[in-house]
Amino acid sequence: MEVFVVSLLNGLVYGMLLFMLASGLTLILSMMGVLNFAHASAYMLGAYFAYTISQYIGFWPALIIAPLLCGLVGAGIEMWGLRRVHRNGHIAELLFTFGLALIIEKGVQMTWGLLPVPYRVPELLDFPLFRIYGTQFPAYRAFMLLISALMFGAIWLGLTRTRIGLIIQAALTHPEMASALGHNVPRIFTLVFAAGTALAGLAGVIGGNYQVTEPAMAFTMGPIVFVVVVFGGLGSLSGCFIASILMGLIQTFAVVFDVSLADLLAKFGFVVTKNTPFAEVLTVTLPRVGALLPFLMMVLILVFRPRGLMGTRDT
Amino acid sequence: MQPRKGLSALLGFVLAIAVGGAAWAQQTIKVAYTDPLSGPFAQVGDANLKQMQYIIDYINSKGGALGKKFELVPFDNKSQPSDALIALKSATDQNMPFIMQCSGSNIAAALIDAVNKHNDRNPDNRIIYLNCGAVATELTNEQCSFWHFRFDLHVGMKAEVMVRALPKDVTKVYLINQDYLFGQSVQRDVKAFLGKLRPDVQVVGDELIPLGKIKDFSPYITKIKASGAQALLTGNWGPDMNLLIKAGVDAGADLRYYTFYAHIAGGPTAIGAGGENRVLAVMSFGENVAPEIGNAEAEAFTKGFRDKHKFDFSAAGFRTIFEYLQAAVNKAGAVDATKIAYALEGLSIKDFLGYDTTMRKDDHQIISEYFVSTFKKGVKYDSEGTGLGWATTATILAKDVDQPNSCKMKRPKM
Repeated sequence: MEVFVVSLLNGLVYGMLLFMLASGLTLILSMMGVLNFAHASAYMLGAYFAYTISQYIGFWPALIIAPLLCGLVGAGIEMWGLRRVHRNGHIAELLFTFGLALIIEKGVQMTWGLLPVPYRVPELLDFPLFRIYGTQFPAYRAFMLLISALMFGAIWLGLTRTRIGLIIQAALTHPEMASALGHNVPRIFTLVFAAGTALAGLAGVIGGNYQVTEPAMAFTMGPIVFVVVVFGGLGSLSGCFIASILMGLIQTFAVVFDVSLADLLAKFGFVVTKNTPFAEVLTVTLPRVGALLPFLMMVLILVFRPRGLMGTRDT
Repeated sequence: MQPRKGLSALLGFVLAIAVGGAAWAQQTIKVAYTDPLSGPFAQVGDANLKQMQYIIDYINSKGGALGKKFELVPFDNKSQPSDALIALKSATDQNMPFIMQCSGSNIAAALIDAVNKHNDRNPDNRIIYLNCGAVATELTNEQCSFWHFRFDLHVGMKAEVMVRALPKDVTKVYLINQDYLFGQSVQRDVKAFLGKLRPDVQVVGDELIPLGKIKDFSPYITKIKASGAQALLTGNWGPDMNLLIKAGVDAGADLRYYTFYAHIAGGPTAIGAGGENRVLAVMSFGENVAPEIGNAEAEAFTKGFRDKHKFDFSAAGFRTIFEYLQAAVNKAGAVDATKIAYALEGLSIKDFLGYDTTMRKDDHQIISEYFVSTFKKGVKYDSEGTGLGWATTATILAKDVDQPNSCKMKRPKM
């Protein structure tokens, strides 16, 4: 029970962090069809910007300024980069963002160095909020949950209840029609791209000191975010939300259960010994392959339900 | 086809100049160095490179060897054995007598194999592999090679030091290691020594994690706490080590951490003040060793690095490597891999702290002193500006780390 509750909390925190990253990506991917490899780089930039800003004027201003800076970077990328590359099709866009991710990583290494930077949780939140079965739950994690929940609410309301949200949704499904009605679709694209990047930046600001701020952080976060987006389904914010929480929980609980396929087979009276074919594979325990499970799920969902959990069209 | 012919002639000409230039530049003794300089473990390779460069500058200021200076030639291997082999190929193509590699025992195993083959086939262009930190025990036992010299204690020795450092009141321990050659070696050796030296200690958890894949270790900490362990023993390095302890400290787990690599660049930053008196590292050197033993010269040397860099100088072992090379090249009287390898065997020197060290002849494993240090406040030199630093709690002399080996060395003709 103790392990279950603590793991549930940990899984939630991790899942919400994933959601903050993935929500921006799913907006960009579903709207513009751009598989943005540089998305996790914006996450990293957010963390580094926040670190630098917080050294001068503290964490709280950084919480606002760093995502805005990331948004500006995103707008620049869209207006002067992606829009030109867009004419040459999706492959060109994909390669463009891929190259961009590598350039940003190298740039970060050259600016801030290869070592982790001491980006720390603000003192105001640096205390255990409550103890549960003897494990401290840091207040900062609760703060992360709060921020991401607020963000989810804000995006959802913004997309469904405001005029601009409706136009975005229209441009998402019927760009020509929205354009014919006099809306500036390219500007909407820039706006969405900038907003998506800013969200990733915000995730970086609050994720950078929860994890460690170092140049490899984009590289480690990148793949899992794609899994979330594909699994949740294109164009669906709620799908993305469910997928994020699911992935967070799966990765957390996979660690806790020390079971292997051999144990499962033993339940059916089939005992695996050293001489059984594939004994090596069958006795691998769940924690050792936990990090792979999301990718396995992505493969499965692509085969059996290509549009994802709640997607409106095929990937 | 005429223009292409002209082009290839030009290319040949350029190549001739390049090769000629390389031959002319053989005034330096080149040491190829390959480690991850990009990717998740780049911080480790980069920190090694900077320390090595600092040491080489010092050794060169002391005259190098045979009147020649040492020159370090870095190659990025991205933590991939295949890229390390490409580096080896470049090194042998340029007739370099040494290749050095520190991070990743799986890469070391591939290098040993490739160096053996290369040296068998090319008796006039041999190369010595200087191992500066790939410590899986097998590498100087089953896989030992005449061309491989290891300048760091192997896992078996480190494990023994770690197990001996466990206080008497710790009776339940948890093991977490990376799922590859090195981590499995730690897992096996630590358990073996626990069984031998501390039969009262119970291993309540024993886990292998995927190398460099995990971003949040909180679930592991939950599991460790639930197991009732008092101490966590780990060979993790790089982000796997930093994130693990950070998660433990954040959760306020009442654990002590016994590590091999908590002191490596980036570790102290990740641990922070919450790790005070909880984290121990088995290390070859810490910045506070020199002032503790009152060796002013070694302290000044360490401080020279500290003044210029943001992370700790932990690589006293690298200085020992170059002092061995200096002595061996001078003894061999020529920059010839075979002669130098024979000169290195059984060589003994005092390291810069004044302790005795030996390159064991049987298996080419260095036997040197080792330290156990605790991360705490009130030390002379703190780590990475955290206000906390490594205070030595135990010094183990070379004669006490010695362990038998099972190497059957094949030696070439001189």
